[in-house]
Amino acid sequence: MSHGAHEIDVDKHVRSYIGVLLALLALTVLTVYAWYLQLPKVLGTVVGLIIACVKGSLVAMFFMHLIDERKLIYWVLVFTVVFFIALLLLPLFGLSDQVQI
Amino acid sequence: MEIPYTVETRPDTGLNNVKIGIWLFLASEVMLFGSLFASYILLRIGSPAWPAGEDYLDIPLAAVNTAVLIISSVTMVMGWASLMRKKLNTYRLYMGATILCGLIFMVIKYFEYSDKFHHGYYPSTNTFLAIYFTMTGLHAAHVLGGSAVNAYLLGPGTKLWKKNPQMFINRVESAGLFWHLVDLIWIFLFPVLYLL
Amino acid sequence: MAEQHEHHEELSFLRKYVFSTDHKVIGIQYAITALIFLFFGFCLMLLMRWQLAYPEQALPIIGSLLGETRMPGGVMLPDFYNQLGAMHGTIMVFMGVVPLAVGAFGNFVVPLQIGAPDMAFPRLNMASYHFFWAGGLVMVLSFFAPGGAASSGWTSYPPLADIATTGQTWWLIGMVLLITSSLFGAINFITTIIQLRAPGLTFFRLPFFVWSQFVTAFLLLLAFPPLEGAGILQLMDRLAGTSFFLPSGLVISGQPLAATGGGSPILWQHLFWFLAHPEVYVLILPAMGIVAEVVANNTRKPLWGYRSMVYAVLFLGFCSFVVWAHHMYITGMGTVVAAFFQATTMIISIPSVVILTALLLSLWGGSIRFNTPMLFALAFLPMFGIGGLTGLPLGLTTTDIPLHDTYYVIGHFHYVVAPGTIFGLFAGIYYWFPKVTGRRMSEFLGKLHFWPSFIFMNGIFFPMLIQGMAGVSRRLYDGGTIYAHAQDVLPLNAMMSWSAWLLALAQIPFIINFFVSIRKGKEVSDNPWQATTLEWAAPSPPPHGNFETLPTVYRGPYEYSIPDQDTDYLPQHQPAEA
Repeated sequence: MSHGAHEIDVDKHVRSYIGVLLALLALTVLTVYAWYLQLPKVLGTVVGLIIACVKGSLVAMFFMHLIDERKLIYWVLVFTVVFFIALLLLPLFGLSDQVQI
Repeated sequence: MEIPYTVETRPDTGLNNVKIGIWLFLASEVMLFGSLFASYILLRIGSPAWPAGEDYLDIPLAAVNTAVLIISSVTMVMGWASLMRKKLNTYRLYMGATILCGLIFMVIKYFEYSDKFHHGYYPSTNTFLAIYFTMTGLHAAHVLGGSAVNAYLLGPGTKLWKKNPQMFINRVESAGLFWHLVDLIWIFLFPVLYLL
Repeated sequence: MAEQHEHHEELSFLRKYVFSTDHKVIGIQYAITALIFLFFGFCLMLLMRWQLAYPEQALPIIGSLLGETRMPGGVMLPDFYNQLGAMHGTIMVFMGVVPLAVGAFGNFVVPLQIGAPDMAFPRLNMASYHFFWAGGLVMVLSFFAPGGAASSGWTSYPPLADIATTGQTWWLIGMVLLITSSLFGAINFITTIIQLRAPGLTFFRLPFFVWSQFVTAFLLLLAFPPLEGAGILQLMDRLAGTSFFLPSGLVISGQPLAATGGGSPILWQHLFWFLAHPEVYVLILPAMGIVAEVVANNTRKPLWGYRSMVYAVLFLGFCSFVVWAHHMYITGMGTVVAAFFQATTMIISIPSVVILTALLLSLWGGSIRFNTPMLFALAFLPMFGIGGLTGLPLGLTTTDIPLHDTYYVIGHFHYVVAPGTIFGLFAGIYYWFPKVTGRRMSEFLGKLHFWPSFIFMNGIFFPMLIQGMAGVSRRLYDGGTIYAHAQDVLPLNAMMSWSAWLLALAQIPFIINFFVSIRKGKEVSDNPWQATTLEWAAPSPPPHGNFETLPTVYRGPYEYSIPDQDTDYLPQHQPAEA
C-alpha cells in the first residue's frame, strides 16, 4: 500500500515461517535431549544457552521481521542490548571482587 | 486535526509511529525481564547451593508449553500474512488459533502451579522457587495481556478492517511483535529455570 | 488570521480539561499537579527542619495538628521523622521535579518546538498523566496507612524496607504506577521527536531543549524497567514471604527473622541505582535544555558550540548507564570494581563540563537582557557548577568513604537539583508563561522571587557541605546533638532551618505572580522574547492543533545577531529573503 520501495513479498515470508517453525520445534527437542544426557554442569549450561540464543534469534529475525528492518529500530535495539548486557554483567563483576569481612 | 504518520510511513525514517512505539515498548520489556534475569544469575551464583530444576519442576509439561507458544507465534504471523493477502476469514482462523494456544499455555501453567502448591512448594519455600514463581508469574501476566489484545483484534477490533485496512494490519503486526517477544522470553525462561 | 475550515466540535468540560488528549492541556495538568507535589514535598522538609534546629521541642500550632501518632504534644517522633525524610525524597524526585521537567515542559514545549500538531500518541499521553496522579495519590495516602508512610529512605534499601510497616507496600505500588506513567511518556516523546518533526527540521536543527528531552526519554525508557523489576521482587518479599533481598541469619530486635534467607541486599542496590543514576540526568538534562534556550534568547547570540553540546548530551546519556555503582563504594566493593566505576564516573563528568562551559562561553560578548527567566538561568550555571564539582570527591573511593552518608552528600545533590534544576524550571516557567497564557508574568515580582530564593537556597545547602565534612551523618533525627564531633557545626542547623523557612516565604511572590498573571498579566504578542524557535511561531495560547499552517524550517535554532539583517533574530520558519 504505502510501503513504496519497501514492498513485502508475503509468499516468501510464509515459506520462511514454516521452516522456522520446524527448526524451533527441533531445537526444543534438542535442548530437552541435551538435558536428558546430563552433561557436565558448565558444558550443559553453555549448550542450553547456545540453543536458547539460536531459537531466540530465529524468532526475532523471522517472526519479528528483524532480518529486514529499518536502521532506526536496529539502533534502538543495539542500545537496549548494550545496557541489558551491562545490567547482567556489572553486578556479577561486583560480586567477583567483594571484600570479605 | 490529524497526527501525521499514524498509518503511512515517514519517508526519511521509513517507519510509522506505531512501529516505533511498539519497538520502544519492547525495548523496555527487555530491560524489565533483563533485571529479573540479572537477579536470577546474581542470586544463583551468590548462593552456596542451588537445586536443579527437575527437583521441583515438571520438564515434559514445560516442553509442551514451549511448543505451544512457538506454534502460537507461527499462527500469529500467519494471521498477519493472511491480512496482507486480504483474506479476513483466514486471519480470523489463525488469530483464533493464537488465542487458543495462549489459553492452553495458561491451563498448563495452572496445572503446574497447583501441583507445586499441592506439594507445599511456595515462593517462600526457597530462593529458587521464589524466582521461578516471580519470573513465570510475570511472564504469564504478559501471556494474558497479549491474549486480551489478540481477543480484541479478533472481535470488536476487526471493524477497522473495512474503514482502514492498513491501520488494522499495523495493529495486528504490533500485537504480533509483542506476542513474539513473550514467546522469546519463554524460550529463555524454559532452559534457564527448568533445565540448567 | 487564516480561515479555519476544520471541523471543530465543542468538547465537554471533562473531555477538555480532565480527559484531554491535547498535549498542551496535559502539559498544564502535569505542571499544576507537579507544582502542588513540589510544594507538599517542600512542606515535609520544613517540618523536618524544625526537628533539626530545635530537637525535641514542641512545634507551636502545626505540631499539635499532626496527631498523637506523629507529633505527640507537638514533639516529633523519630518514626515520623523517618517517614518525612523518605517521602520528601520520593515526592521531590518522582512526583515533583521529573513530572514538571518532563511531563509538563516536555509535553507542552516539545511538539511546539518541532512544529507538530500534537504528540504521536495523544491517548497514551493522557493515560500517562492519569497514572502519574494515581501513583502520587497512593504515595500521599500512605501517610494514613497503619504505621505511617514508607520510612526507609527514598532508596528503600532492604533489609530495612523488607521488614518495614505497610507504608512501604504502598510506596512500591505507587512507584509501579509512576514508572508506568514515565514509560508511556518516554515512548511518546521518542516517537514524537523522531516522527513528527516539521519539514526541514533535521536533527541538527533541533533546539537543545528537544535534544535534552530526547535523551531523557531514552533514560526513562531503559533505566526505569529494572526498578520496576526490583519493585516486583520487593513486593514479593513483603507479600509472598520470599527472601530476594533478605540475607540468611537476620536477627531483628533479638529475634531471628522467620524467612528462608539466602537473598542479597546488594542486589536491590544494583537494580535501584541502575535506575537512580540515570535518574539524576533525567533531573538535570531538561533543566539544562531550558537554560540553553533562555541563555541563547537573552544573550541574543547563537549558543557557543551547539554541536558539541549535542554530542555531549548523547555521550552523557550513554555513559549514565555504566556509572551506577559509585553509589555503592561502601558495600564492600573490591578495588578492581571500584576502579572501573571511578573511571567511568570521571569520564561522565567531561560531557557535563562541556555543556556547562558552552553555556558560560555563550555569555561572552553578548548584550545580555537581565529579565527574570535569564536571572534564574544565570543562577543555574554557578549553582550547578557547585553541585557538579562537589560530586567529584564522591565519585572517588578514598574521598567517598569518609563523606558517604554525611550531610556533604545531601548538600551536593541538592545543589544539583534545587538551585540547579529547580532554578532551571523556574526559568522555564517565566520564559514560556507568555506562550501558555498569552500574558507575561510581572518582572518586579519575578525579581522579588529570584533574589531571596537565590540567597536562601545557598543559606540552606552550603552549610550542609560544612557539616558533612565535619562528619555529621545525614540520617540523624536530632541533627547530631549527641555527637561530640558535630558540636562545632551544630549552630548551622538553626541557620539552615531559618533559611528554609524564609525560602518558603520567598515563594509567595511567585505564587501571587503566577495566579494573578493568568488573568491580569500584561498581554503580549505571539513572540514577546523575539525568539527564533518554532513554538513562538504558534499563536499564544496555541489552539488545538497548534499551528495555523504547518511551519517549514529553513535554518538552525539560534540564529541571533546575523549581520546585515533588519532584526537581530531570524526565526527558524522564516524563509530566507531573496
